[in-house]
Amino acid sequence: MIMATDTQLDLWEVFIQSKSGLPYIHSGSVHASDVKMAMQNARDIYTRRGEGTSIWVVPAKHISASNPDDNDMLFDPSNDKIYRHPTFYVMPEGAKNI
Amino acid sequence: MTTKDATYNYTIRLGDNALILGHRLSELCSRGPILEEDLALTNVALDMIGRAQALLKYAAELEGKGHTEDDIAYRRAEINYHNHLLIEQPNGDFAHTIARQLYLSVFEYLFYTELEKSKDATLAAIASKTIKEVKYHMQHAIDWTLRLGDGTIESHNRMQKGVNDLWMYTGELFEMDILDTYLLHQHIAVETIALKAKWQSEVEKVLTEATLSLPQDTYMQTGSKKGVHTENLGHILSEMQYLQRAYPDAKW
Repeated sequence: MIMATDTQLDLWEVFIQSKSGLPYIHSGSVHASDVKMAMQNARDIYTRRGEGTSIWVVPAKHISASNPDDNDMLFDPSNDKIYRHPTFYVMPEGAKNI
Repeated sequence: MTTKDATYNYTIRLGDNALILGHRLSELCSRGPILEEDLALTNVALDMIGRAQALLKYAAELEGKGHTEDDIAYRRAEINYHNHLLIEQPNGDFAHTIARQLYLSVFEYLFYTELEKSKDATLAAIASKTIKEVKYHMQHAIDWTLRLGDGTIESHNRMQKGVNDLWMYTGELFEMDILDTYLLHQHIAVETIALKAKWQSEVEKVLTEATLSLPQDTYMQTGSKKGVHTENLGHILSEMQYLQRAYPDAKW
């Protein structure tokens, strides 16, 4: 279903990887008519100051979001279970970005 | 003419191309068709200004009179500017801007690929940095040419008009005068005349794919190597030099 039409082309979500090996982080969105344009626009808007070394662009319509009404069911159960956090391990020396 | 003087003049020409196009494109700031495109074109403008700074700084060094790149950029008279006529042409509609970018960035890509081999180490270094930027400018211009040319009837017609209107300024890109020849023999300058066939076939390839036709050969405008410009440069300079003229040595 198309939620709203405007004159600004399709919406794409942009994910930037700041360094090889690190996760891609959502940076924002761009308007574009095709994947090439989305890539160029993402480059121009989100990597102008050396923020990234790699870009993903994804059509916003292909992203499924969880429903805020389900937040209690989805997220509350994890709040009080400290044993789910891997804090009982010793970090290997020299390991970064774990 | 010493090699140093000649290189100074040659560097001024290259610097002026970047400076004036940087200014032209900066006029589009806040006027792009969509926000994303606004940023894309101002990004190109910023690349141009960075390149102008590097080249004019080197020119000031060669000149050896204690001037800075700012003195050279803002305190010359119109006749001492040597940017290509193509570059000072107004932005027109978006298709015009893209046509200018297409002609120019295909040329610059070929030009700077050759200049990278220059025996002048500074020019060669600036060229290597510039190629990376120009590759992107060229991709941007090609993609838009394809979209507009092969888009709607309206966009097709406007794009065709853009490439037609600017065609007469493209001959000048390949002209060589005594300065070019002199520096070519010293392996400093680029043999631009040798780039023409390649340029034309590249441009034609893009236009054909965009369902556009290569303009018919016509009278080619010329003059910038002698400091003779179209009426447009004066308007650019009056705006660009206003602050320095009104408040000499103004500081932030």
